[in-house]
Amino acid sequence: MIPLSWYLILSAALFSIGLFGVMARRNAIAILLGIELMFNAVNINLVAFWRYLDPTIMNGQVFAIIVFAVAAAEVAVGLALVISVYRNRKTVVVDDLDLLKW
Amino acid sequence: MSPELILFLVLSLVAIAAAIGMLISPNPVYSALFLVINFSTVAVFYLILGAPFIAMAQITIYAGAIMVLFLFVIMLLGAEKLAPGKVLPYQKPLAIGLAIVLMVESVYAVLARNPSDAEIIVPTEAANSIDAMRDLGIMLFSDYLLPFEVTSILLLVAMIGAIVLTKRAKGEQE
Repeated sequence: MIPLSWYLILSAALFSIGLFGVMARRNAIAILLGIELMFNAVNINLVAFWRYLDPTIMNGQVFAIIVFAVAAAEVAVGLALVISVYRNRKTVVVDDLDLLKW
Repeated sequence: MSPELILFLVLSLVAIAAAIGMLISPNPVYSALFLVINFSTVAVFYLILGAPFIAMAQITIYAGAIMVLFLFVIMLLGAEKLAPGKVLPYQKPLAIGLAIVLMVESVYAVLARNPSDAEIIVPTEAANSIDAMRDLGIMLFSDYLLPFEVTSILLLVAMIGAIVLTKRAKGEQE
């Protein structure tokens, strides 16, 4: 059996890569892709803990399913916002969206 | 080394390589396709862990629906060419530093935790069965009924929000 900590380390690596993507990319769509990667890392943790602590209680999988639904909702609204911003400002580069900056 | 261990190591390499490929490819279409590879490998991790329903949901929802939505928007906006703009000079080094700090910190927290791996008694009964799936359904509709219903309202709100945000006002021209 693979040790639990390997899953946690893999998940930490994926989460950090996703965080780097969110902080360093300038394209709004690439930032959303990084957020998806972070959601996935969290889900790996949930399912790994479910398997290694008590597989007869399905809490971890239920949480993972709810995270799926929340991720789908987040992507739908996020991409709608990107489209709306592109219509008004003709850009998806987040550096150029400085309307609130003074 | 057991076959399971080799499978795990190869899959983690593919997953991390795909994630890094997503970051460094300048074209968002390639980024999205790299992320599909990553999601597929994560689905195999769920299969190794004995959660086939989550694995299939990962393939259909993430690799299927969400990434198709992403590709649609990328191609709709023609966003593959990024207009040059003003760039913060310290943004990338700062992002690398913060991500590495988070990575080191969480790996340290995992390795230094108590109890360690040797002390955890891993339940050995086969989780990969129809029974587990039935338990999942029963739990979703009994103990977690309220969160489940709230999730459905959240999805409805997201759907309406997406339609309202992308709708053109009457008479507005492209």
